Amino acid sequence: MQLIDQLAQGHSTLLIAPTGAGKTLAGFLPSLVELEARGKRKAGQAGNRGIHTLYISPLKALAVDIARNLEAPVTEMDLPVRLETRTGDTPSHKRQRQKLNPPDILLTTPEQIALLLSDPASEKLFASLQTVILDELHATVTSKRGDLLALGLARLRQHSPNLRTIGLSATVAEPDDLRAYLVGQPDPDVRSLSHLVEVSGGAQPEISILDSEERLPWSGHSSRYAIGDIYQLIKAHKVSLLFVNTRSQVEMVFQELWRINEDTLPIALHHGSLDVGQRRKVEAAMASGNLRAVVATSSLDMGIDWGDIDLVVNIGAPKGASRLAQRIGRANHRMDEPSKAVLIPSNRFEVLECQAALSASKRGEQDTPPLRKGALDVLAQHLLGLACANPLNLTDTFDEIRSTETYRHLDWETFEKVLDFVATGGYALKSYEQYAKLRKGKDGLWRISHPKVAQQYRLNVGTIVEAPKLKVRLVRSKADGRRAPVGRGGRILGEIEEYFIDQMTPGDTFLFGGEVLRFEAIRENEAYVSRAKSENPMIPAYMGGKFPLSTYLAEGVRSMLATPSTWKQLPVQVRDWLEIQRDKSVLPAKDGLLVETFPRANKHYMVCYPFEGRLAHQTLGMLLTKRLERLGARPMGFVANDYALSVWGLGDLSLLFSSGRIPLDELFEQDILGDDLDAWLADSSLMKRTFRNCAVIAGLIERRHPGQEKSGRQVTVSSDLIYDVLRAHEPDHILLKATWNDAAEGLLDISRLGELLTRIRGRITHTALPHVSPLAVPILLEIGKEPIYGEAMDSLLEEAAEELVLEAME
Amino acid sequence: MSALTSHLRKYTAAPVCHDIQINGQLVGLHDSGVLWWPDEATLIVADLHLEKGSSFARRGIMLPPYDTGSTLEKLAGVMDAFDPARVICLGDSFHDADGSDRLPAPYRAMLTTLQLGREWIWVTGNHDPVAPVRLCGETVDEIKIGPLSFRHEPIEKIGSELTAGEVCGHLHPAARVRRFGRSIRRACFITDGSRLVLPAFGALTGGLNVTHEAYSMIFRRRQYSVFLLGNDRLFPFTASRLVGD
Repeated sequence: MQLIDQLAQGHSTLLIAPTGAGKTLAGFLPSLVELEARGKRKAGQAGNRGIHTLYISPLKALAVDIARNLEAPVTEMDLPVRLETRTGDTPSHKRQRQKLNPPDILLTTPEQIALLLSDPASEKLFASLQTVILDELHATVTSKRGDLLALGLARLRQHSPNLRTIGLSATVAEPDDLRAYLVGQPDPDVRSLSHLVEVSGGAQPEISILDSEERLPWSGHSSRYAIGDIYQLIKAHKVSLLFVNTRSQVEMVFQELWRINEDTLPIALHHGSLDVGQRRKVEAAMASGNLRAVVATSSLDMGIDWGDIDLVVNIGAPKGASRLAQRIGRANHRMDEPSKAVLIPSNRFEVLECQAALSASKRGEQDTPPLRKGALDVLAQHLLGLACANPLNLTDTFDEIRSTETYRHLDWETFEKVLDFVATGGYALKSYEQYAKLRKGKDGLWRISHPKVAQQYRLNVGTIVEAPKLKVRLVRSKADGRRAPVGRGGRILGEIEEYFIDQMTPGDTFLFGGEVLRFEAIRENEAYVSRAKSENPMIPAYMGGKFPLSTYLAEGVRSMLATPSTWKQLPVQVRDWLEIQRDKSVLPAKDGLLVETFPRANKHYMVCYPFEGRLAHQTLGMLLTKRLERLGARPMGFVANDYALSVWGLGDLSLLFSSGRIPLDELFEQDILGDDLDAWLADSSLMKRTFRNCAVIAGLIERRHPGQEKSGRQVTVSSDLIYDVLRAHEPDHILLKATWNDAAEGLLDISRLGELLTRIRGRITHTALPHVSPLAVPILLEIGKEPIYGEAMDSLLEEAAEELVLEAME
Repeated sequence: MSALTSHLRKYTAAPVCHDIQINGQLVGLHDSGVLWWPDEATLIVADLHLEKGSSFARRGIMLPPYDTGSTLEKLAGVMDAFDPARVICLGDSFHDADGSDRLPAPYRAMLTTLQLGREWIWVTGNHDPVAPVRLCGETVDEIKIGPLSFRHEPIEKIGSELTAGEVCGHLHPAARVRRFGRSIRRACFITDGSRLVLPAFGALTGGLNVTHEAYSMIFRRRQYSVFLLGNDRLFPFTASRLVGD
């Protein structure tokens, strides 16, 4: 109720509450009260009132769900309120009508806000806007969508200066970041904050780690060993929610569970690639209590109400303490009862990680990432959108953008460069002036040069760049001996990444939506499949979904390893493993770095244990390999996981390190992030992928739309070429800068790598071993499973070509 | 020096080729992507796509404006190495029909200098079906010299007399090789000994994988070889070693 007082006074407020506390509806209360007081519209005044309240959610489904939940009280109390949703699925006639005759409450997504703001009519539409409710704010602000939304809010504040914002969030590490995000920042040196209302979490959750009788695997992420235990857990509870980290794991776990489902318990699955209708069905069945268990990915991490779940099972490592807390929050939506959760580590290192997450949960600590610095590609998109709505005054626009917490650090020079990019591509070679998209008028204002530019903007709006996908359509099989051509009929099962289908030939089988399917053919943008039986179907690999280990949990794992007195809480198998490591090698110190070297099968291995997450390790592996090559150690490749990194080669690494010919302090010197990194980036496919995303968001490359013949693959090729040409001719280009910023924070995790190198300086321990150590076994087992990285491209080709020669000579 | 040319870096090439026979004629494949025919002192180059950047910019897509300059600079380097008596451009020399008209003066000067003292043949392509304006050279739809025929698009027939000795472009061939779980994709020459498709030479030109069905109209399945462009050398592979994208 404190919240309502705050809001009634018009204060912007951040409301932090665990799931199930009813925070979303609370956010709407002040609006409903005000709208009630405002009374009914008079006939003939339809178009004169603008939108009163905006509700913005990162999930379309959530917006629709909330609208449904809100509809009930509004009708019951006969409130004079019209509420509508607007998402990518809303038909265009309805969208048009919403502009002419706006509802009182509009529930929508950040992309739709950007689209509305690019309309010349937006000023009128939002002039009487009172409240903006931002749901799941903790999730939105961690991505570029959060940047886009921050810029949108700044513009809304221009339209309606007394705007009140209400942020709804799960518990986060730094609430002040979100409080600053919610309000305008007029003073560049002092942070303004919104009010804060925190609802405490109720009862402590009961979390345990599965102590299986089965042998704990050394590596891998499948958790197959524990399927029997998981099944027993489902049997012992009313409704269980099983979380896994990737969509492929959903398919795998679901399949394994049904293999042993002797009681034919109703168990379903749910992930983002399945058809919407299918997902809604599962959600409805869950809510009505018709299911005993659902296997799901984080597509459910957020909002939607799930009925009476009495157990959450987290399969695989949680990767972050806050992530785990949000998942566990799904169980038992009543505040007074504790949530119950079981963690299933899928290998030995994950046992340590689960234990660290459990301790964090007991202490109520959080490890949500800090607020992002606004991305330049998103800014470029936004500037074009603003210009589509109204002519731009540069200094006003600059001030408006800097009034967001996300872009408060933007300098004028960068701003001008971004504007130049939007207008003519921002090249030093000014040869596109005649084709400019934005032009400065005699009045000093910038306008779009042609209505087509606005059209182009509308097609490209948004910050989500997805891998090209194909629809999966069920047809009757050709394999049954029928001659008939593949029929058109059949329903859509969902979507699958194009590159996975590309690897298959007709007749191959794969798992999708819990069924074994046979790949029949590709027709336009659809993959035709039929039902099939197969013992060994492939499991689609999906992009993304793998989160790196959080810094906070990594620290927990390191400190646990370094403190044997804490091991008593670990399963016997894990304790044994660590004790043998202590006897045979050394335990990694909490703030140092352990480097082990040993020979194996005519090669020399180096394994180090930074615990900084897979992304940072991959980058480090790439850089170490380059450096070792230069130092004559003849490295051949490396492999990285969340905990460790292994490099192998022909040179005797034990000797090179212990003799001091390659001093370890120099090998891990900070300057590795200088020239070596730069040289490697020139040809890095990670960098090219990042560039492609930036180029699409910034509007340099057109987004692909259904029905266009240009395939996503061709876009990839041309963005690679653009990247090469830009790097060669204009390495300071603003889009390369944006790409670098993204990569440093994202795929390459350079910021974290930098922190690691600082932390371990002067604290590197080397042990030369006669053979592999217990701690090194998991990472060595990943060789061949995870992609291996190695030498320069041309030498790889050379080797492949020479193999051909040998083949021919034999 | 003009702003348009000041960013250019000199490209140098060694006149060392990978020799093969096409329809009985000895020709040399060069790692820059050009074909050298020593008996006729002829240099053949495909798909320059000059002014592709400005072609997109006209539609509001501001690709880097460095493509024409770098393509011409690279061509100049190759010409310097071979000093050909005749040059054949195998079509799509300009990205669109107005491309030659838009060609900025410094680039026009570069191209004109390259043309001095040589026979220059523009074969028309689907992107540039008309003769370029204000430039020297003869424009043809196709041309036959001795046992070789030069045209932009390959004739979609296999094993016909028409296609023996055909040298063409259009497809932008590229191939992918996988090894140690990594794959490498490069532009390439593709040939079955009777006909040859050249890689695209232009700086902003993409590639079409040779496993694409478009190639099945001109080469028998798996009965061809490719030569991937590397740094200072070519990498030969037979069709069975290649993978799709």
